[in-house]
Amino acid sequence: MRSTLTVLSLAISAVSAGLFSASALADEQVINLYSARHYPTDEALYSDFTKATGIKINRVDSDDAGIIARLKAEGTASPADVILLVDAARLWKGEVDGMFLPIKSKTLETAIPSQLRSKPTDDGTAWFGLSTRARVVVYDKLKVKREDVDTYEELADPKNKGKLCIRSGSHPYNLSLFGAMTEHLGPAATEVWLKGMVDNMARAPKGGDTDQIKAVASGECGIAVTNTYYLARLMRSTNPAEKAVAERVGVVFPNQQSWGTHVNVAGGAVARYSKNQANAVKFLEYLVSPEAQNHFANGNNEWPVVKGMKLDNPALKAMTGGNFKSELVPISAVGMNQIKVQQMLDRVGFK
Amino acid sequence: MVFSSRLFLRCVLAVLALLLALPVLTVLFSWAQWNDASASILAEMASTVLPDYVGTSLLLCALVSVGVISMGTVSAAAVTLFDFPMRRSLEWALLLPLAMPAYVVAYAYTDYLQFSGPLQTGIRAAFGLEGRVFPEVRNVWGAACVFTLALYPYVYLLARTALSERANHLMEAARLLGAPLSRRILRVALPLARPAIAAGTALALMETLADFGVSSYFGIQTFTAGIYKAWLVMDNRIAAAQLATLLLIVVVVLLAAEQRAQSRLRFSSARVDRHGSESQPLKLQGAAAAFVWTLCVLPVLCGFVLPVLFMFRALLQGDGVMDLPWSRFVQWSVTSLSLGGMTALLAVGAALLLAAQARLHPNWLTRQAMGVVSLGYAVPGAVIVVGLLLPVGWVQATWPQSGVGFWLTATVLGLVWAYLVRFVAVALQSVQSGYARVPASLDDSARMLGTSGLSLVRRVHWPLLKKPLAAATLLVLVDVMKELPATLVLRPFNTDTLAIMAYQLARDERLGEAALPSLALVLVGLLPVILLSRTLRRN
Repeated sequence: MRSTLTVLSLAISAVSAGLFSASALADEQVINLYSARHYPTDEALYSDFTKATGIKINRVDSDDAGIIARLKAEGTASPADVILLVDAARLWKGEVDGMFLPIKSKTLETAIPSQLRSKPTDDGTAWFGLSTRARVVVYDKLKVKREDVDTYEELADPKNKGKLCIRSGSHPYNLSLFGAMTEHLGPAATEVWLKGMVDNMARAPKGGDTDQIKAVASGECGIAVTNTYYLARLMRSTNPAEKAVAERVGVVFPNQQSWGTHVNVAGGAVARYSKNQANAVKFLEYLVSPEAQNHFANGNNEWPVVKGMKLDNPALKAMTGGNFKSELVPISAVGMNQIKVQQMLDRVGFK
Repeated sequence: MVFSSRLFLRCVLAVLALLLALPVLTVLFSWAQWNDASASILAEMASTVLPDYVGTSLLLCALVSVGVISMGTVSAAAVTLFDFPMRRSLEWALLLPLAMPAYVVAYAYTDYLQFSGPLQTGIRAAFGLEGRVFPEVRNVWGAACVFTLALYPYVYLLARTALSERANHLMEAARLLGAPLSRRILRVALPLARPAIAAGTALALMETLADFGVSSYFGIQTFTAGIYKAWLVMDNRIAAAQLATLLLIVVVVLLAAEQRAQSRLRFSSARVDRHGSESQPLKLQGAAAAFVWTLCVLPVLCGFVLPVLFMFRALLQGDGVMDLPWSRFVQWSVTSLSLGGMTALLAVGAALLLAAQARLHPNWLTRQAMGVVSLGYAVPGAVIVVGLLLPVGWVQATWPQSGVGFWLTATVLGLVWAYLVRFVAVALQSVQSGYARVPASLDDSARMLGTSGLSLVRRVHWPLLKKPLAAATLLVLVDVMKELPATLVLRPFNTDTLAIMAYQLARDERLGEAALPSLALVLVGLLPVILLSRTLRRN
């Protein structure tokens, strides 16, 4: 027992020294990044930035809620410089809660369409969208007709009874989609629509988006809602089984004839109490450079936000021919609808 | 001098108890912050989903209790009371599932057994079938199985420690008095292990109640899911904290029931056992040996071997595994181990201090402090984070120059604090169940011989508590390595752990890649399991 404890304590003291010193943050040429992105491919993005600018990145990956809770507690003592979140409603919430430092950057304003960044004030813009993923419908090509799932509204149509698979309604991707639908249809019709989807479900909501696609491919469900990012990954997989899953399903970008397909926005902002503001802005500007946008698009299967970016991703191209009509609902409205939507979900029994 | 050192000790204990109780107190304090927004959210939830959450949580707890008690007790009794082929190996192999996070077990089984998984797809293809071949994995029953497999080692470990200390010679005595085997087990061995079984079950249930990973992946609506919903979706921390207090009430009832059960029985005897020829386990042969062997192999097979094989399969077929930064695996492992080790030592130290104080100077205040500290384990990790961040945020806002917010997240202090809040309860359960078996008359004798206070703890209690303390160290260490919500939010820059990597990849639905850090987590978790299992046996 004693020898066990000695070995343990030696290891601990050696490493805890390392842990403490790792957080002794240098003053110069560094940015401290709080990121809700958690993709292994992002490593290359960060190391490229460090190579190009000499600015080192200290990073913590967490989920959006954790990052916001952490920022609130740290207050003025927060070491954060840049914050990356993966849901527009959360970005809006961060802005409302005063987490971000509005900035003025010609590079960012020119590169990013106005509906994909926050509304500018005299102080500047609070956050910027950096990439998007479309929320699409996949269907079983053998059993479902494409024209039966042309719109989000049809997901609740009785003709699709017993066919629908979808992840939990409380997931941010779905909350944002339902929040946007509330803007289009109004709350009462949206609640009816949500109830219709519950009635159409092939199974109770569970798992992630990839699970839904696999459920369609295996015949468990006829239609499912997913982000393009997950579908593209299966399409580009080197694993034959995963490729076969992608080949079995068809994809529809809903509402192309009306208000367009809903997109989830991933974006970034400078932290309110950033001590390395210039570096932070430099980093955000780097994220709209062709190299970084190419990385989002080709490395991570997201849609770039910069207008006129050439898309080299074969999966994204195959889905739409490279372009589609995306919805233009104000993100603030989607964010504000979130609580209302959750309460509707609870009322109609959408888990 | 004696007086001042005692006073000092009490102050240390008071500060310790306060620090550990802070998040729970913050949660309780939430009722003082009652406002219209939180009231309307709670009212809305109460009229729609809360009854379901409560029902599901209770059903889950009932199923998990039955599962862990039967699996943990049967295996502990088998390896301590009987001798059969491979007993020595199974003795430590039964601990292996301890190294597996419940969410990894859930991922592994789901990936393999679900409708679109390889097993069902294969069967459908082979026999030309359509539709579902097996029942759905992802429901309350499936979750109960996952929790049972992942959590039975708590009962096994504590029950085995209790049984191996004194059961054999009492069983021998009962045999000499003519009691048949079944009676010896039911009337002698199991009552002896009862506090340990109760403590283990309480730990398993608290872990079940605090879980989010398995229930969110399985889409089952537990009470904790409601707490997360109020916090993350409704963005109302007050409502989340208020809901968490209801969870705390359930846990208070659990703990009270367990303590009541303990207090009715007198577990300690004046005699301290010695291992001798009379305490050898009963040798089994033939069908009896095969039966007991099967009972012990099943938990290892289902709780460890199969999930590991399923993960290997996912890993081999996974896409993009080669893109992982391999060189950082060592770094993640070292971080996991060191955070776990550091917390384990501190938690066991704190638990020993608290339990010793309760033993030597039992009074109302000590009991309350212990009660509140014990609650920490049942509070979902995310609620502990809120419970820590809220008061720290308030201090930071009131005294901006203090930098307390910085120290909380830019160093490991905040993280270790959160771990201690959650896991001192684990150590405390083990130490207390150990103390329950140390006869009070030993304290009296020691006092008569002039030894009291810390010296009594060091000279009399410590040697008798070594096994429960070792068990506590193991439990905390492995628990910390698997912990997610607090680690996710409070860790300093550039300090990823294996659990974080496994979770991040699984969250991104890259199960093939998540399998690698998961397997590494299991591998690193095995080291302390084997090390301490050997220590337990040697002692």
